[in-house]
Amino acid sequence: MSLFNIFDIAGSGMSAQSLRLNTTASNLANVDSVSSSIDETYRARHPVFATVLNDAYSKQGMQVGGVEVRGLVESTASIRKEYMPSHPLADTEGYVYHSNVDPIIEMANMMSASRSYQNNVEIANTSKQLLLRTLQLGQ
Amino acid sequence: MSINFDSALGLHPDALRIRSQRAEMLSSNITNADTPNYKARDIDFKDALKMASSGQPNNIKTTHANHFSTSGGQFSSLDVKYRTVLQDSLDGNTVDEQVEHTQFMENSVKYQASLSFLGAKFKDLLTAVRGD
Repeated sequence: MSLFNIFDIAGSGMSAQSLRLNTTASNLANVDSVSSSIDETYRARHPVFATVLNDAYSKQGMQVGGVEVRGLVESTASIRKEYMPSHPLADTEGYVYHSNVDPIIEMANMMSASRSYQNNVEIANTSKQLLLRTLQLGQ
Repeated sequence: MSINFDSALGLHPDALRIRSQRAEMLSSNITNADTPNYKARDIDFKDALKMASSGQPNNIKTTHANHFSTSGGQFSSLDVKYRTVLQDSLDGNTVDEQVEHTQFMENSVKYQASLSFLGAKFKDLLTAVRGD
């Protein structure tokens, strides 16, 4: 029954979007993180989404599938260094390194993730109603 | 005269199945709304229903009277079409959330319509059986 597959699909979407929300939270929390070397600096992380074309889904030649997170990529945006000799984390030359999180990108990501999550919830809800109605068929 | 469920119920079981498969496809589109390079797909309902009710494309030839008929069966991958984009996106994704959402809603309303038609058919059959 195809309607049951929708729960898997919408569920995969919800977990992917919540992971995205998670990374956004981590990025936003570290927006002001500093470190004493460029290698240890926090870099913004973003998930990479990909479609799962599961065999169970793609029966009958119908290629449908949920979404999965392939991995997290770190942002390659440049890291800002600032001359703050009095800072406890300053390196020998007196510089601290700021994370490359862009709060505007993160806020936009957050909104997109929460909207997509809501879409998936709504789909699961609608499918649930349809299934319940189907169970009452002929009564 | 015997009651034949296929002729008594008409198109509605086929319609219901295609509607549920279309719902699956549309939900896959909405779930992949943020997946790069995902191409939105949809089913041409009219063609799929015609195919399912005639049983033409996937109909396995029956050479014996006791063979099961595959008519009213599944549709092939040919029925699934890619959605034309109204607006290109940078990541190659062709899902338009608004379009998918309205299609999904329309599909679920029509699913419920088919469901009530089918329920009415069963009621008719029950009336015929009981005869009162």
